[in-house]
Amino acid sequence: MNTNQIIVLIAAILLIGFIIWWFFGKHQETAENANVTKGKQEADVVVNGGYSPSTIVLEKNVPAEVNFDLKDSTACLSHVVFDQLGVNKDLSKKDVTPVKIPTNKPGEYDFTCQMGMFHGKVVVK
Amino acid sequence: MKLSNIKRFWIALILSIPMIIQMLAMPFHWMMPGYNWIAFITTTVIMLISAAPYWKSAWAAFKKHNANMNTLVAVGTSVAYFYSIFAMFTNRAVYFESAAFVTIFVLLGDAMEEKMHSNASNALSKLINLQAKDADVLRNGEFVKLPLKEVHVGDILRVKPGEKIPVDGTITEGTTTIDESMVTGESMPVTKKKGDKVVGATINSNGTFTFKATKVGSNTMLSQIVELVKKAQTSHAPIQNLTDKISGFFVPAVLIIAIITFVIWYVFLNASLVNAILFAVSVIVIACPCALGLATPTALMVGTAKSAKMGVLIKNGEVLEKVTNIDTVVFDKTGTITIGKPKVTDIVGDSKRVLTVATSLEESSEHPLATAIIKKAKEEKIAPVKVDNFAAIEGKGVKANFNNHTALVGSNKLFANSNISQEIQAEAEQLQNEAKTVIYVGLDQQVIGLIAIQDVPKPSAKAAIAELKKRGLKTVMLTGDNKNVAQAIGKQVGIDQIIAGVLPTDKVANIKKLQKAGNKVAFVGDGINDTPALSTADVGIAMGAGTDIAIESGGIVLVQNDLMGVVKALDISKKTFNRIKLNLFWALIYNLIGIPIAAGLFAGVGLQLSPELAGLAMAFSSVSVLTSSLLLNKAKIAGTSTQTA
Repeated sequence: MNTNQIIVLIAAILLIGFIIWWFFGKHQETAENANVTKGKQEADVVVNGGYSPSTIVLEKNVPAEVNFDLKDSTACLSHVVFDQLGVNKDLSKKDVTPVKIPTNKPGEYDFTCQMGMFHGKVVVK
Repeated sequence: MKLSNIKRFWIALILSIPMIIQMLAMPFHWMMPGYNWIAFITTTVIMLISAAPYWKSAWAAFKKHNANMNTLVAVGTSVAYFYSIFAMFTNRAVYFESAAFVTIFVLLGDAMEEKMHSNASNALSKLINLQAKDADVLRNGEFVKLPLKEVHVGDILRVKPGEKIPVDGTITEGTTTIDESMVTGESMPVTKKKGDKVVGATINSNGTFTFKATKVGSNTMLSQIVELVKKAQTSHAPIQNLTDKISGFFVPAVLIIAIITFVIWYVFLNASLVNAILFAVSVIVIACPCALGLATPTALMVGTAKSAKMGVLIKNGEVLEKVTNIDTVVFDKTGTITIGKPKVTDIVGDSKRVLTVATSLEESSEHPLATAIIKKAKEEKIAPVKVDNFAAIEGKGVKANFNNHTALVGSNKLFANSNISQEIQAEAEQLQNEAKTVIYVGLDQQVIGLIAIQDVPKPSAKAAIAELKKRGLKTVMLTGDNKNVAQAIGKQVGIDQIIAGVLPTDKVANIKKLQKAGNKVAFVGDGINDTPALSTADVGIAMGAGTDIAIESGGIVLVQNDLMGVVKALDISKKTFNRIKLNLFWALIYNLIGIPIAAGLFAGVGLQLSPELAGLAMAFSSVSVLTSSLLLNKAKIAGTSTQTA
């Protein structure tokens, strides 16, 4: 084993360690409250390599819309799916795509991209 | 500037032409003058236009501790590209074409995927398009054409031959035949007359008629079907929990495997740096979480839409999965196996007196058998007498005060303490053996006569039950009727087991009993009276009655009141679920075989993949899963006469 190979081996082990820590370690998630104005609430979600924020908190009994702003041009994130609500929206048709969320009872609605690789949720409190 | 994937693909393909020429000329030992520079410039442009979006998305995901298929594409292409730049300036062999072709193939895969995905979800928009755009509405004594939005409940509408019926309603004038295939899946036109219900979006064929709108907007049957299919299409099947788990660690795991591949080749097998890199890049590029992710949702999308076209509405992926395990099908008798429109066939005793007592009592009852008695009395021109102290005794019959006598009308259970003559008893048994339901009529503890009522099995019942048996399913009939009647009907349609004399409240208990015995039970009922039984069974199949889709009660709703629908529902669910399993199997096997090959595990026997081929295989895997889902449209389902594609 020459020096180069040893350096590569050490670098590889460090890199694997980093990947495990980065992707599987505990990391804080962002949660955001919706803006309530004039009996209506809205929240914006930027879609770019995932959803930010990935958790949106809505108030109960106030009509709500979550606006998805697609900044990602790959096929992966082009649709957003709320499986409990029967919503499957193509985000690439408009700059910002609103999705209405029922707020008549508290609960959680998960949303994903169409292949289920990216996750987010809307919490009604 | 926003470019679609397909445009990016074409730009990249055109830019790659010099590299393609060089590849083809390679066996003839011809080198394009200044190839390195040409490849560097064209690949750089390809990277900027076509690969950069993947890099950008992957980086954004990375910052959020996420990784997906874009991460793999980004890492694969950037390693090949930047290594080639380094190689070019240090006079080593370059691999620009790997970076370029991987990008091209991934883009091609993405573009095809988008196209096919929209094909898969198209069925739904086709359903919505079935709706008429306007309607002839009666306003101020004249029919005027109005857009659909301005039609209200209670409006009188006119439909001419060949026109689409705009909304749901009841015919007020005229007779016609209507093609209802778009909502029921039944290709034979149905004859309709005054008082019959019509469904929006169906096509009027020969007569002109007017009808009163009963449901408009989002309440119409079509809107409800569309809403239901929409929910079913986006629903989650429990089998997806597996893929969700896998997708959570798939990409980081592939990155780790790629690093290990590199280390093994470079450090332990003393391969050259460039070969080790190529193996690692192939691993990254061939791994395809997309195929896994697409396997379930696309099959669900196609399967639920196809079944809706056949008049079978499946609530969600969970129901679909449960259907696959069903081994027992329990049917309600009245209205499910039988037509549900019983007729009086015989009257024993003084027929006028018996009928008078019966019709007077049954007038206040809502039981289907009561309808038959009242109808018969009307035919015989017998007017009901007013009774008081009316009481319904659940599952047994009714009781009232008839001209100061206690009158009872109902099953023999009601007459446990009464006198029944030998003669009448014998008559009753005889009638029951003929599959007739016997209603006893009593006055003051004395049975004065019998009314025999018959409800005939639906024409399709026998064939449907035979089909179910052919599939190895046990068939059971549940009924409140007398044992003899039930057995006679059961024999006619060929049912395996009969549970007779069941009170409505005991239906649930009987289903639970079957479940306790280890059976997976589907219950088929009419959705209105059978709600508890439908929700107790593993799968509730509600037979559609008219224009109401009572989806809350059943996991599957049959739009048509036809038992063949049960066979169709089971078939399409099984076909869809099997397709999901096949897709998942293929996606898993593809990765399990593809990754080791790409890693060079079989390089010893001459089997290895360049990054370009790995990219092509990756694009092919997700496209093949989608193709497999779309092929569900062509699957043959029992009982469908016309092939819908």
